[in-house]
Amino acid sequence: MTDHTRFTRRRLGKTALAGAALLGAPLPLRHAAAQAANLKVALLLPTSGVQAQIGQACRRAADLANDVFADMKMPVKLDIVNYDTETKPDVARTQAEKAIDAGAQMLVGAFDSGQTIAIAQVAEQRGIPFVVNIAAAPQITEQGYKFVVRNFPTAPMLITGALALHKEIFKVSGVTPKTAVLMSVNDTFGTAMVNGIKALFPKLDMPYEIVETITYDPAAKDLSVEVGKAKATKADMLMPVSRLNDAKLLIQEMVKQRWEPMAVMNPGAPGLYEQDFLKTMGKYGDFLISNVPWLDPKSAMTQALEKRHAAKFPKDQLDLNGGFTFEALLIAAQAWLTAKSTKPDALMDALRKTKIDQHVIIGGPIQFDAKGQNVNIKAAAIENLKRKPTVVMPLASAAAPLVFPMPGWNDKRRT
Amino acid sequence: MTADFLLALAQAIAKGLLTGMVYGLMALGLSVIFGVMRVVNFAHGEMMVVGMYLAWMAFEYLEVSPMLSLPLIAALFFVAGYALQRSLISPFIGRPEHQQFLLLLAVAILLVNACLAIAGPDSRGVQMEAQFESYEVGPLVFDAVRLHAALAAVVIAALLWLFFTRTRTGKSIRAAADNNLAALVVGLDVRRLYAITFGVGAACVGAAGALMITIIPVTPFLSVEYTLLAFVIVIVGGLGSMTGALLGGLLIGVSEAVAGLLLQPSLKSMFSFGLLILVLLLRPQGLLGRKPS
Amino acid sequence: MTFLRRLVGDAPPRVLWSLLVLLALLLVAPAVLGKYWLSVLILVLYFAYVGQAWNILMGFAGQLSLGHALYAGLGGYIAAGLYFHYGIGPWAGLFAAIAVAGVAGAIVGYLGFRFSLAGVYFALLTIAFSEFTRVAFDHWAWAGGSAGLFLKVEPGTDLLNLRGGPLLFYYVILALAAGAFILCRVLLQSRLGRYWLAIREDAEAAQAVGVPVLRCKMMAIVISAGLTALAGVWNAFYYNNLFPETAFAMGRSIEITLAPIIGGLGTLFGPIVGAVVLTGLGEAFTDVGDMLRIPGSKQIFYGLALLIIVMYRPAGVWPWLADKLGLKDRQP
Repeated sequence: MTDHTRFTRRRLGKTALAGAALLGAPLPLRHAAAQAANLKVALLLPTSGVQAQIGQACRRAADLANDVFADMKMPVKLDIVNYDTETKPDVARTQAEKAIDAGAQMLVGAFDSGQTIAIAQVAEQRGIPFVVNIAAAPQITEQGYKFVVRNFPTAPMLITGALALHKEIFKVSGVTPKTAVLMSVNDTFGTAMVNGIKALFPKLDMPYEIVETITYDPAAKDLSVEVGKAKATKADMLMPVSRLNDAKLLIQEMVKQRWEPMAVMNPGAPGLYEQDFLKTMGKYGDFLISNVPWLDPKSAMTQALEKRHAAKFPKDQLDLNGGFTFEALLIAAQAWLTAKSTKPDALMDALRKTKIDQHVIIGGPIQFDAKGQNVNIKAAAIENLKRKPTVVMPLASAAAPLVFPMPGWNDKRRT
Repeated sequence: MTADFLLALAQAIAKGLLTGMVYGLMALGLSVIFGVMRVVNFAHGEMMVVGMYLAWMAFEYLEVSPMLSLPLIAALFFVAGYALQRSLISPFIGRPEHQQFLLLLAVAILLVNACLAIAGPDSRGVQMEAQFESYEVGPLVFDAVRLHAALAAVVIAALLWLFFTRTRTGKSIRAAADNNLAALVVGLDVRRLYAITFGVGAACVGAAGALMITIIPVTPFLSVEYTLLAFVIVIVGGLGSMTGALLGGLLIGVSEAVAGLLLQPSLKSMFSFGLLILVLLLRPQGLLGRKPS
Repeated sequence: MTFLRRLVGDAPPRVLWSLLVLLALLLVAPAVLGKYWLSVLILVLYFAYVGQAWNILMGFAGQLSLGHALYAGLGGYIAAGLYFHYGIGPWAGLFAAIAVAGVAGAIVGYLGFRFSLAGVYFALLTIAFSEFTRVAFDHWAWAGGSAGLFLKVEPGTDLLNLRGGPLLFYYVILALAAGAFILCRVLLQSRLGRYWLAIREDAEAAQAVGVPVLRCKMMAIVISAGLTALAGVWNAFYYNNLFPETAFAMGRSIEITLAPIIGGLGTLFGPIVGAVVLTGLGEAFTDVGDMLRIPGSKQIFYGLALLIIVMYRPAGVWPWLADKLGLKDRQP
């Protein structure tokens, strides 16, 4: 998928430049602009740097896109070129410019809000459509960008969906907690979630009360004090907003301190469903619930994607990062099919009119509102069952029955 | 002052002491190297991460517990540290700080990204039953793995102390640190001593890594906070003093735990940095350090 | 006229003409360069500028600061915050930004110099202040906390509010870089510059002959901090978002120091040459990394390059280059 000749010629130009005066830089050696048979998509992800784990997981799913399109008998192939943002917004910006100079007709990326905004500005200035696969900051679709669409829920959307699901879960199981404690990592994402919860909670008429909010440093190596504080609140339910390592620390501490609340329900954060977490936690990882968008096990496209993923990457788990990245490429492919032209305006027009009924994430058809935001994404309840994240709500997409409340740490059901 | 609060406080202090012990071991290597050679090892955290990876690999592929692979890893690190010092670092002793900084920064970048390229970005952990166990002493709960790690740290620190006070080489190193010129005059092979020192410091770091993997999983990017933490501990405890490093570790461990209890936990590190600033201003040689010459 | 004459001093005409040609080329560069190369050039100028600012403290006054992100972050946040909350444009906001950063620099400087912290101790003090501020901003709602501060992006070019495309920011950073270059030249020629040289060479001797050491060091850090704050303002309006964990990150502080150290500390051209070399190498290695398809390989090459340069050209690339070009023994 990467054009090697282009890189060799570029490298000559680059070496001449490096270390010497940058005057009279030769014109960027554009690739001969033969009309590409396939849509040229630049995929910008943080595959090195601190976010490498997620960036690489996204890229794995992207590698399968064309195969899955073929499986689903879609008459389209994308020419995907990968770019590394190195987890830095300034690199994201220059790589976006580089991609467009190299002939990219659409941009997809970039997981992190800071990098995504940098790319969005480039897309807007150059007039190239940009499909955001993952980025939760609401501002991305509030800026009035004309060339950006986002197929990922904003933090408020995540929270509203999660809290609505809570009510469903209480109804189905017949058990309702009265109090909850919110624990959150104090980084960009965590703060957005906490602020969102504080703002939306009063409006949603929830049957429980959040008695305390405890925030902690993302770099914490020990959460015993925090968990101790949470335990002391005697809350019925724990709502953790965490990343991967702190999720492990949290649950380990809960086991060690013998705190067994009625439920552990994550209102929209990563951590509890990740492969690494499940492997490390063993039986203690089971019965934890995450309210996040997820792959719909009942969708034929999801099944095709999972099959391909298991075949090519047997050691890795396909999660929502991969799912959304695949969907972003699906959106690009569909726009290309509809527009039948690689002109940016035609593509952008097709993007805005997107309506994809069959896709992989649980929810209504992929459609964008006036601001470029897909509002049909539904939160699902994922419960860790038998060491695998399993959809338990909404019932229509459930792959297994819900277990609620959570069994104790030494309960027989934990094997 | 309710009984509940006092209990929570006691628990926090207990936790802090255990965590602090391991922090102290981690910082020990840094202290040894700086105390003797005045080289600031900016690649400290990265070296520990490599140690963690090695211990993880031993566990994953050879099914050897980190406690058992620890001596081997320490030995390996000693050799590597010795070689690194002889080849790369030796010419930089006595050079301006910014050059030392750049050298070790380059080494750090290489280590981190080599780890990323070889081991991948996913976090790697060691699954041990002990990670979910705890000991109860009265109303206080002690974390099993942290206790084991703290005990191991004490043993290692004791061994180091014996080395520096009872063996000939150890005493020679201290002499060279105290007075370089005199050491040369007396005929000590200072270059070899420096290399041994770096090796010893590196061995400490490797050992700390092997212990650390039992407590937290490793990713290539863990190093950044640990380098900084090691510096804070060593400054507070006293650059060049081994007991200082351990004491500093305990102090930082406890103050973080207590601050986390009393303040919002996310302000913990602010507290540590505030402490660092105070120490730098009021007593830059740290609690147990000697005045910088 | 005397100002210009003093500025030029005894620099050889060859150097002056080369500089003028360089400036002319940079002025017309956007017309010939593609967008990607323009964005790379913007980065080069940015690092040249902020490296020049940092160099004042390190290269001229001899104090290693590894916490310069503090000033850039403060500058960016103050200006962006004023714009976001009260609509105060950056041209007015920058005064507040410089003032706040200057005060921060004065505090760090006073504490460090008064308590005679040198070398690594001073460096650690700067790191501590930067980290402390980072955590503080994480909890400051006015600045958006850790969720970040986002500036509204408007179409069209508005010089007053620094709203616009890369072209606008290119010329602004070019002006800043050129301005910093001239300022440093003026400083070096001045009495303050000579005092700095004396302090760098031997602070005790300088003190003995009556150089006001503390005052000169304070001036160095305040000027350095103020200039760095401008870089932060530019950055905030170019990228339109700020997060404490990146704005005050140690990684940022380290980035700032690389160009001047690699280029040549204490020299006028050092930061510029360093910025060109490092950014050029970075882009070249990105291509190599893309070809190898191993994530992290670009940074491995980059680390190797740094290692080689510090081992074989520890004084920096510029002094060696100047020697080769026959410009040795001239103005730095």
